Amino acid sequence: MKVLLAKPGLDGHDVGVKVLAHGLIDAGFTVVYSGLRKSIEEIVQIAIENKVDIIGLSILSGTHILLSQRMKEVMTERKLNIPWFVGGNIPPNDIDKLKKLGASKAFATGSKVADVVTYFNSIHVPA
Amino acid sequence: MSDTKVKSRKGTTAKDLNVKPVYLESGLEVNPVYTAADIENSGIKNEMPGEYPFTRGIHPTMYRNKPFTIRQYAGFASPEETNERFQFLIKNGQSGLNVAFDLPTQCGLDSDDPRAFGEVGRVGMTVDTLKDFEIAFKNIDLDKITVSLTINGTAIILIAMYVAMAEKAGYDISKLRGTAQNDILKEFIGRGTWIFPVDKSVKLVVDTIEYCAQHVPKYSPVSVCGYHIRESGANPIQEMAYAFCIAKAYTDGALSRGIDIDDFASRLSFNFDIYGNLFEQIAKFRGGRRLWAKIIREEYHAKKDSSCWLRMIAGGGGGGLTKEQPENNIVRSAYYALISALSGTQTMALCSYDEAYTIPTEHSAEISLRTMQIMIHEMGICDTVDPLGGSYYVEAMTDLFEKKIKEEMKTVEKWDGIINAVATGKIQESVSRQAYEREMGMQTGKVDKVGVNIFTREEEAKDVEFHPYNQKAADDQVRKLKKIKSERNIENVKVRLAAIKKDAQDNKNLMPSIIAAVKEYCTVGEIVDAMKAVYGEFKEPIFF
Repeated sequence: MKVLLAKPGLDGHDVGVKVLAHGLIDAGFTVVYSGLRKSIEEIVQIAIENKVDIIGLSILSGTHILLSQRMKEVMTERKLNIPWFVGGNIPPNDIDKLKKLGASKAFATGSKVADVVTYFNSIHVPA
Repeated sequence: MSDTKVKSRKGTTAKDLNVKPVYLESGLEVNPVYTAADIENSGIKNEMPGEYPFTRGIHPTMYRNKPFTIRQYAGFASPEETNERFQFLIKNGQSGLNVAFDLPTQCGLDSDDPRAFGEVGRVGMTVDTLKDFEIAFKNIDLDKITVSLTINGTAIILIAMYVAMAEKAGYDISKLRGTAQNDILKEFIGRGTWIFPVDKSVKLVVDTIEYCAQHVPKYSPVSVCGYHIRESGANPIQEMAYAFCIAKAYTDGALSRGIDIDDFASRLSFNFDIYGNLFEQIAKFRGGRRLWAKIIREEYHAKKDSSCWLRMIAGGGGGGLTKEQPENNIVRSAYYALISALSGTQTMALCSYDEAYTIPTEHSAEISLRTMQIMIHEMGICDTVDPLGGSYYVEAMTDLFEKKIKEEMKTVEKWDGIINAVATGKIQESVSRQAYEREMGMQTGKVDKVGVNIFTREEEAKDVEFHPYNQKAADDQVRKLKKIKSERNIENVKVRLAAIKKDAQDNKNLMPSIIAAVKEYCTVGEIVDAMKAVYGEFKEPIFF
């Protein structure tokens, strides 16, 4: 299973996303990392080019709702069906909002790497 | 690393006493007991505080004369709100102001740039033009308060604005004090608000050092940050070693401009992290302070003692705080404050207990302020200098840290120096692996963390106080920018921006042309674009 981990927006805090990248690799996943300050359009493009099975957006500056709205738009425009999730500083009240926007899951800071791995393994990837 | 413990007398090691070995985060082994034999060869017995190499502190009387400066992070959305916050903090007895900026300002984007959408004023104050500085610092006496600008990628522009604002308000800039973070090399390792390629980025830092040495000699243009490097996964030895390598890179740049080491070294300051083992941090600071003094005197031949001082801001690190049982962070921060004071810091700033998940509220920021005030006014922390000096354990560890930091600096030399190690991602790669191992140690229970993997309790997912995004303030900011743009003299703006490009092409110091430009209300984004046209942008090496 191939995962794209991405940093949308201007937030440069990448410790968490890199910790997760190491964890996923140790758990047998293939990880593509976008690097910092990518637009949602760029991220979706990287996902398509690399044929990833899932996209993770790491957002710590509080812009998760705005960026997820944009994600929903771009995924619809490009008629894509790749599951995506959000990680970072997500207040509990926002988790449902993110799901309504199409995120399959939201992991708040403090989530365990093992829980993310378990969740990924539970996802059915369309062949 | 070579030997990782002090050579102790018989009967004092873990093996001798048949107890389990204990290792610090840095990998150094701790004996169950230390004796006079452990510091037999240490020069500490004859050293006085305020004397080279300053292990015991940079001043003879330290806090007895004047306590450390308390400086909390502030900066909210609009310059108007920031001004209100400043007035509040000053009224509450704060002597320094630490200003945070929003991400567009940090990345060199104006509020009306589409890439700034949703970010204007979110994590700090917005600055588009000099006008914003004039509003934020209105009625604040710059002679009485020291202002620290937490800015890096666009630091040269914001320092220029600070100088321009002071000049316009009639201050004598040769007496102007203040600090800018302006440590771009660490931004490539952690935090990531770089803009230009690594060598050009360093050039801009050196421009500010040169300009300040000549015109604003009391200003501290650079605060080298071990802090963020440690937050990105470095251990305490690496934190100090990488910070020193970075400080040396800026120093080498300044010397190559013909500036005398004694004309700027005393204005260099440092920003370090505190979390983890109490004694390890204290030894890190004392050993690091001694090593830095030796580097400046022995390698750079500084004559003045003040050039050799490791002046630092050291406060609580966010990395030690937890989202679980967040009130525990108040207790942790009090210990971090104690560590900072016992280490002889010049300035202290604590993370607020809610900082693990949000920007501090007025209430949580007040608790941090009171934590430091309680220590000063109730605990006797200022009564005597370097109270741990002479402790067998602390001195033995101080010696070992000095040695280990020096060794780690040699490793960076093997990577062809810090600029290369950062541009190729060597340092980022090694610290990110360590961050993973540390996190897994905590998640699998190998490293104890109260409330996280021991003494946990079921916690309801309570909603935290999160600063809601203020769309109205962002809109107001964009409107204000439009108004300024329509009122300024566009011909002058064009001339000033062209002058910046010309100076960049001619490899001149950009400070004078940027100061002239901000006085004409050129925007941060316009100035950055002028510089990008000549310097290009950093291409991030993608790895983890």
